[in-house]
Amino acid sequence: MTTGIESKDVLKVAKLAKLQLTEEEVKRLVDELSQIVGYVDQLSSVDTTNVAPLDHVLDVTDALRDDIVISSLPRESALSNAPKEDGETFLVPPVLG
Amino acid sequence: MSSVDYQLVVGLEVHVQLKTLTKLFCGCSTTFGAAPNTQTCPVCLGHPGTLPVLNREAIRLAIRTGLALNSTIPPTTKWDRKNYFYPDLPKGYQISQFDQPICQGGELKLPGDETSSPRTIRITRAHLEEDAGKSMHDESSGSADSRIDLNRTGTPLLEIVSEPDIRSAEEAKQYLTELKLLLTYLQVSDCNMQEGSLRVDANVNLHLQRGDELVATPIVEIKNLNSFRAVERALVYEAQRQREVFEDTGQRIGEAPKQTRGWDDNLQVTKVQREKEESSDYRYFPDPDLVPIMLPESWVTELKSDLGALPAALRERLKTEFGLSQYDADVIVNQGPDMVAYFEAVASNLKDAKRASNWIQQDVMRTLNDMEYSLADFSIKADDLAKLLQLIEAGELDNSRGRDVYQWLLDHPGTPEEGMKALGIASVGSDDLLDLCKQLIGEHPSAVSDFKAGKKQALGAMIGAARKLNPNANPGKVKDLLSQLISHED
Ligand SMILES: [Zn+2]
Repeated sequence: MTTGIESKDVLKVAKLAKLQLTEEEVKRLVDELSQIVGYVDQLSSVDTTNVAPLDHVLDVTDALRDDIVISSLPRESALSNAPKEDGETFLVPPVLG
Repeated sequence: MSSVDYQLVVGLEVHVQLKTLTKLFCGCSTTFGAAPNTQTCPVCLGHPGTLPVLNREAIRLAIRTGLALNSTIPPTTKWDRKNYFYPDLPKGYQISQFDQPICQGGELKLPGDETSSPRTIRITRAHLEEDAGKSMHDESSGSADSRIDLNRTGTPLLEIVSEPDIRSAEEAKQYLTELKLLLTYLQVSDCNMQEGSLRVDANVNLHLQRGDELVATPIVEIKNLNSFRAVERALVYEAQRQREVFEDTGQRIGEAPKQTRGWDDNLQVTKVQREKEESSDYRYFPDPDLVPIMLPESWVTELKSDLGALPAALRERLKTEFGLSQYDADVIVNQGPDMVAYFEAVASNLKDAKRASNWIQQDVMRTLNDMEYSLADFSIKADDLAKLLQLIEAGELDNSRGRDVYQWLLDHPGTPEEGMKALGIASVGSDDLLDLCKQLIGEHPSAVSDFKAGKKQALGAMIGAARKLNPNANPGKVKDLLSQLISHED
């Protein structure tokens, strides 16, 4: 089954996901994504005219909490996983304008 | 070109930080101004394996706002992920609402003023989402890095989107002013632009008549509008710019991608920012971590009954119940609910509500302004001002002596009567007043004959003299008595 996924589609998605792919990987992903999209297309062939859309698989709603402050992390812990920090803030390559 | 041959068309997106104690999906505090990165937790830092849990208060405030804007509150609402990368967005996506916003449709009525008639601006929707963190880049520090503070990350925002119904920069300002006032009355947000609790983006284009054809220019989104004045100026600038670009390129809507421009407040220009990603590129999809929210009608009804008096209704009340002009009603309502309550408490004790309105606008508001007080800190309570104005109304005091007592009340604890006593203001008995006027008539023969000759203003000199003889004599009463006595002299 052909789904029309081409390497340019894979490259576009990769760019949005900030992924760098080799030519090999692009090829492999064209095949894999084609299979996945093909599977979804198969699902689309079912007539769902009278079926309400499913937004969530759990039969649960309203998991709400009250507006009560709980203590936050000590700053050292918050920053501890950062590749670069200055004791107060996370440091990242320059963000302009 | 000189003449304006285009119609400005504007839609506004207003991001309002809701006044919750905690963030939208975690219990971190939302207090402004804390030291960087002291209000974060694994949830708002976007650590793997954490689960967001929704803050009920954010839902309540959003519904309250929607009801005040006449929006439809749907029976259920849900959460979607908006995917993009930015250093101040640790998860790599923002939890937002795509196709089932909590408030659908609506309107905001602009009251109009001396130069503009009332108008209704339609609201498209209002949805909840989480705020991003703050990135700071100090070029002068010489550091190559930007610094990221994630305290704000996850603070609840309500994004209120208007239809493109706004037709001028002035009207955009009116819309924002009225919306801010409404949000203040609703107590859903601090609306502090300096602290970023109210942020505005504008979608702008022009409609031009070309022969029989109405032509639209490409839509530009203006960001970084940090004050209502910036919004006004950016719109005026952008209208001119788009008009000139259209002359050069002839490009119409759809012939150029939607552009994002930022307002530069120093240079007073808009500058192009990165091309906005197409909205489908955000790859919205339902957030699997969050279940849909039911908004039962009973809850919505309860919130509706709890809205309280809102600006539009209060203006009407001040006009119909107290006989104020549109202008006076506006000034008082714009001061907020406390001032309206203060006015009503004073005015309902007076024969003439206009007197309360004048004193509040000329004296109370000036004092509050000068001393940078809020009404809650103000020492002259409504009862005291009412009593003072009653004394003036009864002729015990004139306006000028009334202001002395007002000043005394500002400086001392006590009642207006105690103020009068302390200032040596005694009401002058009618015998004393009669003696005073007779003395004046004897001492000012030329003024008396001028008055008899029809020069009404001749009494002015005598009233001035009365003040010197007895500062407590009410000038109004002196004037009435003088004219009576002189007219009956012959
Ligand atoms: Zn948190």
